[in-house]
Amino acid sequence: MTEPLDVERIRKDFPILGRTVRGDRPLVYLDSGATSQKPLAVLDAERAFYETSNAGVHRGAHQLAEEATEVYESSRAAVAGFVGAHADDVVFTKNSTESLNLASYAFSNATAKAAFSADAVDPRFVLRPGDSIVVTQMEHHANLVPWQEVCAKTGAELRWIGLTDDGRLDLGELDRIVDVTTKVVSVVHQSNILGTVNPVARIMERAKAVGALGVVDASQSVPHLQVAVADLGADLVAWTGHKMLGPTGIGVLWGRREVLEAMPPFITGGSMIETVFMEHSTYAAPPKRFEAGTPMVAQAVGLAAAVRYLEDLGMDNVAAHEHMLAGYALERLAALRGVRVIGPTQNVDRGSAISFVVDGIHPHDVGQFLDDRGVAVRVGHHCAWPTCRRFGVPATTRISPYVYNDTSDIDVAVEGILAAQNFFGV
Amino acid sequence: MNVEAMYQDIILDHYKHPRGRHLLAEPAGESHQVNPTCGDEVTVQVSLDADGNLVLGYEGQGCSISQASASVMSEMLTGEPPQHANDVRAGFVSMMHSRGEGEPDEDLLGDGIAFVGVAKYPARIKCALLPWMALQDAEARAGIDVSTGSAIEGEAGS
Repeated sequence: MTEPLDVERIRKDFPILGRTVRGDRPLVYLDSGATSQKPLAVLDAERAFYETSNAGVHRGAHQLAEEATEVYESSRAAVAGFVGAHADDVVFTKNSTESLNLASYAFSNATAKAAFSADAVDPRFVLRPGDSIVVTQMEHHANLVPWQEVCAKTGAELRWIGLTDDGRLDLGELDRIVDVTTKVVSVVHQSNILGTVNPVARIMERAKAVGALGVVDASQSVPHLQVAVADLGADLVAWTGHKMLGPTGIGVLWGRREVLEAMPPFITGGSMIETVFMEHSTYAAPPKRFEAGTPMVAQAVGLAAAVRYLEDLGMDNVAAHEHMLAGYALERLAALRGVRVIGPTQNVDRGSAISFVVDGIHPHDVGQFLDDRGVAVRVGHHCAWPTCRRFGVPATTRISPYVYNDTSDIDVAVEGILAAQNFFGV
Repeated sequence: MNVEAMYQDIILDHYKHPRGRHLLAEPAGESHQVNPTCGDEVTVQVSLDADGNLVLGYEGQGCSISQASASVMSEMLTGEPPQHANDVRAGFVSMMHSRGEGEPDEDLLGDGIAFVGVAKYPARIKCALLPWMALQDAEARAGIDVSTGSAIEGEAGS
């Protein structure tokens, strides 16, 4: 059987993977859930943009401005194409957090405006006491705290879908939790801490049935799975560039066009206007309505290069490779005494991010031993503190491999866990 | 320096056998501190005995560094005058910001010098300082003058 990815060849595209850490240890990077490394193609694309075409976009009468605008918009088209979307429905943001705030502020801004002029706002975004917003107990703080804030500003009630002991959504209560009072359902596609891949289409279907808008946090799924946004059944989908081989500083909010058109702006100022008078302004159509100020052009170019890189690998191959790594890691962890995986232990509907705890050793101390062997992992609550609390752990250690990892990286991590257990005498 | 050297025997011993770990019946001041990046937690309580010396209580959960640091702090400062505690805290904070360079003052810091290696790992400095931040805050809440020691600021992280 041929391997889905040629890891040895891929690794040559990532110079950072050739370095050593903590003395002479080869770097074993298993923290791609936090941020992925960047291939030369991405670095080269950003550099080439600055070397040849750098200028302000959507303004200026000179050739460089034309070229910069062209590469910025063609980057948008490339990113849109990656998820089967139309370029006009793709908004560039700073990151997933900003994308989700853009979505959540549509509600608090519309609600604030409605207090003065009801005819100017779409009632779907106006919240009041008695309304509800639904999230899950496995949200990243980025898809929880913004909705808490919306509730605090509007009087809406925050509800959540709970979890089963094996780290799946407990959907038995879905129809009770998402009811006629629900105005927004915002759920994570693939959990950053548990690795669970959620049946979002089913949840979005329920949202639609009660007339609620549906939002999906796809930060951990778009980089790892073949995602076609239309298949999710959502109105808005958020993700970020830096977890999918792209640069930091660029994220995406995809929206159904009709929904984007109905949304009030989030950050206001230049570039997002249609006309401006001293008394008032009118706003540009999406996506520009949501891209105030000078955009991150070089980062968009870098993200487009990342998308091309992933398309060359083939997202089905990426997913198959990670599925293989997840299965291998789950098997090796299961064989370790005193190690418990937090999240699904069956390699079904789960990604390759795997959290675990080691009896008698705090995750920070586990991480320290792995670091000493050159293994980079995330420790802590992974910006999903309520999820940790649900499983009765203060924190976890998480390995999150990607296209440049192979089973030998998992082996080094396992050796580090054994060394920590040996040192702490547990 | 390797990781085993960071985890001095003193640290491991205090982690596995914490000293003075209990809460007070009637604390004059109490502070609960968390390290929001990792979820380490510690509660430190303080009151003064009839001679004006410190009575400490604490509990917490977290990594070996944060919990051992609380134990070492409790053992070193219980029964000591607050002024001395301020000096020790200042010395400990200074050592933790030393990047592991220089010789810490063993006469002042006692078992606390075991944490000098931790200062080489920026991500762990907060862990070691957490109980000391809690003590400073608990003392301030109890009306004890903490001004002579160097104030610990901005260590809580994001």
